[in-house]
Amino acid sequence: MLKLEPRAQTSLVLAVAAPLLALALTVLIGVALFSALGKDPAQALRLFFVEPLKDGRALSELSIKAVPLGLIALGLAVCFRANIWNIGAEGQFVLGALGASWVAMQAGPATSGWFVVLVLLGGVAGGMLWAGVVALLRDRFNTNEILVSLMLVYVAGLLLNYLVYGPWKDPDGYNFPQTMLFAAATRLPRLVQGLRVNAGVVIALLAVVGFAVFQFRTYRGYALTVGGIAPAAARYAGFSSRSALWTALLLSGGMAGLAGAVEVAGPLGQLTPYVPVGYGFAAIIVAFVGRLHPVGIVFSAVLMSMFYIGGELAQSRLGLPKALTSVFQGLLLFTLLACDHGLQYRMRWVAAEKARAAA
Amino acid sequence: MHRLELIGISKQYPGVRANDGIHLKVAPGQIHAILGENGAGKSTLMKIIYGAVRQDAGQVAWNGREVQVFSPAQARGLGISMVYQHFSLFETLTAAENIWLGLDQSRSLAEVREQTREVSAAYGLHVDPARPVHTLSVGERQRVEIVRALLTKPQLLILDEPTSVLTPQAVESLFVTLRQLSAEGCSILYISHKLHEIRSLCDHCTVLRGGRVVGEVDPRQESNASLSRLMIGADAPVLTPRVGLAGAPVLQVAELNLPQQDPFGVTLEGVSLAVRAGEIVGVAGVSGNGQQELLAALSGEDTRAAPGSIQLFDKDIARASPAKRRSAGLHFVPEERLGRGAVPSLSLAMNTLLTRTEPVSRSGWIRSGQARQLAAKLIDSFRVKAPGPDAPARTLSGGNLQKFIVGREIDAAPKLLIIAQPTWGVDVGAAAQIRGELLRLRNEGCAVLVFSEELDELFELCDRMHVIAQGRLSPAVSIAQATREKIGQWMSGLWPKAAIAEPADAQA
Repeated sequence: MLKLEPRAQTSLVLAVAAPLLALALTVLIGVALFSALGKDPAQALRLFFVEPLKDGRALSELSIKAVPLGLIALGLAVCFRANIWNIGAEGQFVLGALGASWVAMQAGPATSGWFVVLVLLGGVAGGMLWAGVVALLRDRFNTNEILVSLMLVYVAGLLLNYLVYGPWKDPDGYNFPQTMLFAAATRLPRLVQGLRVNAGVVIALLAVVGFAVFQFRTYRGYALTVGGIAPAAARYAGFSSRSALWTALLLSGGMAGLAGAVEVAGPLGQLTPYVPVGYGFAAIIVAFVGRLHPVGIVFSAVLMSMFYIGGELAQSRLGLPKALTSVFQGLLLFTLLACDHGLQYRMRWVAAEKARAAA
Repeated sequence: MHRLELIGISKQYPGVRANDGIHLKVAPGQIHAILGENGAGKSTLMKIIYGAVRQDAGQVAWNGREVQVFSPAQARGLGISMVYQHFSLFETLTAAENIWLGLDQSRSLAEVREQTREVSAAYGLHVDPARPVHTLSVGERQRVEIVRALLTKPQLLILDEPTSVLTPQAVESLFVTLRQLSAEGCSILYISHKLHEIRSLCDHCTVLRGGRVVGEVDPRQESNASLSRLMIGADAPVLTPRVGLAGAPVLQVAELNLPQQDPFGVTLEGVSLAVRAGEIVGVAGVSGNGQQELLAALSGEDTRAAPGSIQLFDKDIARASPAKRRSAGLHFVPEERLGRGAVPSLSLAMNTLLTRTEPVSRSGWIRSGQARQLAAKLIDSFRVKAPGPDAPARTLSGGNLQKFIVGREIDAAPKLLIIAQPTWGVDVGAAAQIRGELLRLRNEGCAVLVFSEELDELFELCDRMHVIAQGRLSPAVSIAQATREKIGQWMSGLWPKAAIAEPADAQA
């Protein structure tokens, strides 16, 4: 029989080692998977880990996906640290896209370039609104935030469809379910001529700094952390659990909404039913692989973005199913949890002792 | 032939040698005390005998034959039973069901119920097999545990600090049962650090200190002082006597009523008390009689109290938050150190911020340098053994963490300090230091309210005492008029003018 015993102490080195070990295991299982599918594993791995970093254009595409993932994960990390389980960032992302789009549709050809700031704020407001529903229901009626936030994802999806198939449909769009193309003033400025990489990267890096400061340097961030890891100590200190609930949910909702706005004001430029692509769920993995730490999240967001792009490349070049991306995401989270457990506990084989005891 | 013989038992834990070459002989029918401070290695030794922990070296001989005990089930098979300090009972099941669950499953529930009645009657351990455990008093729960142990017909019964939750009268009736068992030939290992109990009950005493046997004596021939010297290795420190008289009222609680918050909680009824500047008021009582509920209402963790029922310096604080009360001078040291008084994974510097906001700027920035300085100052002035301000709280021993937490609250210059179980699980040196700090605080004019289950501690510290029982608080009695017998009786809820008080533990 296997027995788990807690280790006396886990060092910082091991805490960093867990995600790296998990990544290595994911790659190993990936190799086995590709071989079983009859594809050359070396070539497949190259699509996932080399091609997305190959040149400027590849890096630009990498940033397009890493930015929303990172933005959402930053907010979620605050939530998870406070022991509040918002798993509906996907819905808050959609509402952010809706809010940003509504603002964007108010712009005309002569609007100033600063208008994009309003577009982004519209996104933040949309995400906060959706997360605020979760906070309100939990605060007033003690509903389970996991269920409510998850179910609101589907409501958000239906709302999006209603708008793009209905009132917001572009009259000149040949009846396609999409809004009009937004005015130039509502778009995020591109950083490099000819590449899609945009100012969202700058926003994301600023957010990383902001969240690091919030988490480690402010009393409010401290109160949230204490509330998450030692609720009795938070009550003793007098930190309000209601305020923690609202802060964490509004912050993470706002960040998911911001990500939605960056998506609309960045690569998309209009609203379609295909805005939600699972960033909100993938960001949960990003947050945990990044150890709920703002700097860690930068790396894990880039990694997850590589999985997305690698999956697309594997589909187009090797004819592998696109579900491979999700398989990799799932594998990574699974191996990470296993590695975490393995580092916190020591496994011991106790069958021998039992046998002797019986004798 | 000895019932039990231990030969050179050693056990090493990471960073501490819990048992170091321990020899022990227990004769049939002997009541054998194991005396030692917290951390002396008593519990580890008992767990080794009971098969819950394996020794690194040494042998166990049972009735003259060497045995290896791998599990508690095997120990019970040999005839060894143990009653732990913290009960392992399911609250929602009846007494008989709990007893049945703890036994090997060969008997039916009906048989167990019948045997429970027989054993209860034979040993004067009154237990109603049909009552759910959550309706039982602590003393009754312990009787359920003892009956469960006796149903296995043990030849050796191990009791770990059995009296820490009992009133003095309930202790006496427990001793009657134990003497009867001993007369029938059952050996008893009695673990305790209460000297007078060991002297009145036991016929042999092994003293442990730092994991080693430091003495074997006949406790009936010893005095409290000589036993204490053996246990601590030095004379107990003398406390500073009181100076000055009590001043104006600081805390006033009037007719505080508070319904229970969970099904196993306690409802507070008509609690009234006052603490004046420059005095220490104690609250005695068996745990689970409303201490947690009253403390939460006083600290601000529970703000349901009726407006006006709790006043600090004549200002109503019944609904104020803990932070607000703290800024008005009320500081509180809770019973649980890890997870409530301190966050285990955070550094000592960060743990100062739980109750101290000096290192926080007006706009909410943490000045971490200042927090580290504050922690370093506390470590220094309260002689906390810690690597430094960056050490996580969980790496400190219980006594040192308690010194840090008490120091953090005392250093804030409180006008009222409320402290629960100030020396619970703390070694004697640290306990004396903490008690000394409390007396110094009182002499400087602070009002102090102490909740403790240790009567000795309360008699040593307090100027006046209350007793809490079943959610009601007794009138105050000055220390000059308080006796152990009187307080013991009150602990069952029997104080003058109490209309109907159920004598739960007194008559057992």
